[in-house]
Amino acid sequence: MNFPILSSLILLPIVGALFLFFTKDKDGNNLTAKYVALFVTIVNFLISIYLWLLFDTTTSAFQFVEERIWIKDFINYKVGVDGISILFILLTTFITPLCIVSVNNTVKNRLRDFLIAILIMESFMIGVFCALDLIVFYLFFEAGLIPMFLIIGIWGGPKRVYSAFKFFLYTLLGSVLMLVAIISIYWISGTTDVIKLYELGIDAKYQNLLWLAFFSSFAVKTPMWPVHTWLPDAHVEAPTAGSVLLAAILLKMAGYGFIRFSLGLFPVASEIFTPLIYTLSVIAIIFTSFIALMQEDMKKLIAYSSVAHMGFVTLGIFTLQQQGIEGSIIQMISHGLVSAALFLCVGVVYDRMHSRLIKSYGGIVTIIPKYSILFMLFSLAALGLPGTSGFIGEFLILMGAFKDNFLVAIIASFGVILGAAYMLWLYKRVIFGKLVNEDLKQMVDLNRSEYLILTCLAVPTLFFGFYPEPLFNTIEVSVSDLINMHNLNIASK
Amino acid sequence: MDSLNLILPEIFISLSVMFLLILGVFKKDSSQLTFNLSLFTILIAAIITVNETYSINRVTLFKDSVVIDPMASLMKIITLIGGFLVLIISSSYLKAFKIFKIEYPILILSSILGMMVMISSNDLMVFYMGLELQSLALYVLATFNRDQLKSSEAGLKYFVLSALSSGLLLYGCSLIYGFSGSTNFDVIANQLNSNEYALTFGIVFILVGLAFKISAVPFHMWAPDVYEGSPTSVTLFFTMVPKIAALTVFIRFLYVPFINLIDQWQMIIIFLSIASMIFGAIAAIGQTNIKRLIAYSSIGHIGYTLAGLATGSNDGIQSSIIYISIYVVMNLALFSCLLMLKRNEQYYEDIDDLSGLSKNHPLLSLCLLIILFSLAGIPPLAGFFAKFYVFKAVIEQSMYFLAIVGLLSTVIAAFYYLRIIKIIYFDKEKEKYDTDHGVWLKFSLTFSAILILLYFISPSQLIEVVSRINII
Repeated sequence: MNFPILSSLILLPIVGALFLFFTKDKDGNNLTAKYVALFVTIVNFLISIYLWLLFDTTTSAFQFVEERIWIKDFINYKVGVDGISILFILLTTFITPLCIVSVNNTVKNRLRDFLIAILIMESFMIGVFCALDLIVFYLFFEAGLIPMFLIIGIWGGPKRVYSAFKFFLYTLLGSVLMLVAIISIYWISGTTDVIKLYELGIDAKYQNLLWLAFFSSFAVKTPMWPVHTWLPDAHVEAPTAGSVLLAAILLKMAGYGFIRFSLGLFPVASEIFTPLIYTLSVIAIIFTSFIALMQEDMKKLIAYSSVAHMGFVTLGIFTLQQQGIEGSIIQMISHGLVSAALFLCVGVVYDRMHSRLIKSYGGIVTIIPKYSILFMLFSLAALGLPGTSGFIGEFLILMGAFKDNFLVAIIASFGVILGAAYMLWLYKRVIFGKLVNEDLKQMVDLNRSEYLILTCLAVPTLFFGFYPEPLFNTIEVSVSDLINMHNLNIASK
Repeated sequence: MDSLNLILPEIFISLSVMFLLILGVFKKDSSQLTFNLSLFTILIAAIITVNETYSINRVTLFKDSVVIDPMASLMKIITLIGGFLVLIISSSYLKAFKIFKIEYPILILSSILGMMVMISSNDLMVFYMGLELQSLALYVLATFNRDQLKSSEAGLKYFVLSALSSGLLLYGCSLIYGFSGSTNFDVIANQLNSNEYALTFGIVFILVGLAFKISAVPFHMWAPDVYEGSPTSVTLFFTMVPKIAALTVFIRFLYVPFINLIDQWQMIIIFLSIASMIFGAIAAIGQTNIKRLIAYSSIGHIGYTLAGLATGSNDGIQSSIIYISIYVVMNLALFSCLLMLKRNEQYYEDIDDLSGLSKNHPLLSLCLLIILFSLAGIPPLAGFFAKFYVFKAVIEQSMYFLAIVGLLSTVIAAFYYLRIIKIIYFDKEKEKYDTDHGVWLKFSLTFSAILILLYFISPSQLIEVVSRINII
């Protein structure tokens, strides 16, 4: 067996967290803890880059597969990556170090514990994306609730308790039904191994209920309308680094789950429930865009825009077209970068003025020009301007949708316009216009670490906007094989 | 006489109890000595149990009225270990309340003896004898802090209600004897005639009695008051040890003589299970006293254990036993934390006393965090696996309704566990608590917390042990 590279990706952050656990917690700026965490996450990022380089893009088979007996005759610990999951792993390992750099200004007390929570979170998230056994997946998927609950609850804003509870209970409620479904799959098919299940297939008469059970979990996590209400609360109250993790990676677990499990395991049911997903996605796109327009709180606005963007993602996945699914994956990656950046941008002004309300800003373009430029870049990326990664994703999704269902595509296209409306209006109100408050003059422009983080996010946003080829290369074979398998399954039923 | 060695642990404990009583009477200030000797007794009894009975497949003694099988030996070992740990971590508590007397360890020993008789019973009479022996000891234990009103009240309440349930149970026994002609489980199994409705009545009465002992809804009323009123160390004993024995009898009673009547009792168990899960989860939300809360949470956990029993399969029984074993560990850890909430010789047991604990006692709060999330059944902690096995067995029998209701009630239950975590981690801190706890208390907390946290690394071990149990 080769070097267990995926397991080391999962384990390394935990080892880092353990190490931090045994260091002394100092008040104030705990540099040692931060450097340790940063070092661990950067090493993890480098390993995942190495993984990407080794990755064979010509096959859709799972690679770097590790399998160990975990519970005898029942569950095997099995991990592996294909073209779809590797990108999410990269996204995770890329965002986490940035989160850790960003805690500089936001987290004041118990920094060490915060870093431990982030590191543990990272390893659970990586675990979700490379688990190849349903129960292992569920374990990672659920375990992530614990650190996130604490991140929101301990370091969050004034309504943190309410938000943390809402987040936890909503997600748990969705997930328990998935657990029932997973156990049922075990009794129906005799295995929870995803690769074997792909080959065996699941009897069509069970698929509908199982699909709905998985849907209940993923829909909450995505979040889809009407179970999206935990997201704005959680985002607003979470500390900046928490919001970033939540928006950039946690939401993607559900999109990934839809592709990997809902499509892969239940092809017949996916076909049947496509209208449901279309309806909910379109409502999410249009409805939450309107809600976003009316928000007064910047973080809330971005949170609602996340719901709208994830609406595009679910729409794209269930077009069951090559373009649609590829678009969804790229949209998720792009949204991971852009929404992370936007939350960080809000974090920057919040740290200075301690207000997230749009009306307390205005006319700051001359005061903090560097910030204004980067903020503009990410706003444009969020609304999907050509040349940014946001465009590629949305464009492909709409293309896929036009192939499949004209009406839905037309309605969804309005979402793009609305997206432009709320993002540009937000930008205009915050950055341009008259100076609303003399205090704003005191604002200092980006400091070094903020500048570094935002540039780090800007580079891939632009790069993949102009040259998305590396992403396509990675996912193309996996996606086309997924669709072929799906069509075969449908044809044989 | 060869077979006597199989019940050597019981004989040894009963002789020790008599010896310790005499010792306590004739030697002054012997409470510490009795205490230590009792610990020693339990330890030796556990060693004998492992040595003599662990590898035995199934042997019946005394005209088939006592049975030694893997389930009996495993449950006895768990009971003994549980009793040992309870005793060892309660000494400082007892001393603080000045109730560190010779009777305490002796009563615990005799109730353990009763439980062991119950666990091994293969006959209604033997079973009843064991049950009464353990109950009588428990009544006294509940009132052990006799100068406190609440403790006396708890004991009295427990006594009256428990005696009533014992009466019902005995009535059930007599019905069964009347219609099957025997009190022996194996004989009853052969004599069964499902047309006899009186037999069903007998089963129902006995189930009521047993449900009372494990505090399943709707026979749970005594639990919150008794748990709250009894001294904390006794509450710990209540939540852990008698449940193991009662569960074993439950399994044996349902699955040996009455397995063919499963259609008749399955609905009852499902009802008890669902009612306990939901009621336990909802009623715990409003509690302010930790011991009361634990009472309701233990009602909920009994519901999950019963869900495994309701399946009528070996997998179900095994999952129930796994559940109760993990639950015992979690409870031990939780009570160890509770016993650490001491300031100036006074123990605190309100949930609000935990407020902001994480600032002053980070390690203790971390342990509590692990325990509470585990009780709530969040992966990857041990509590999740406990629930997982149960629901795996339940879904195997296509009892989806039970599985879904059970899992939804875990979400409700998660709420009150989260509330405690919220109080520990998110709220303002209070005064510091003492940190000079006994070695054993620290040991039991660390040990059980680590067990809960790292259980997921090798879950097969416990399964392998339990997989020897084949009742059907």
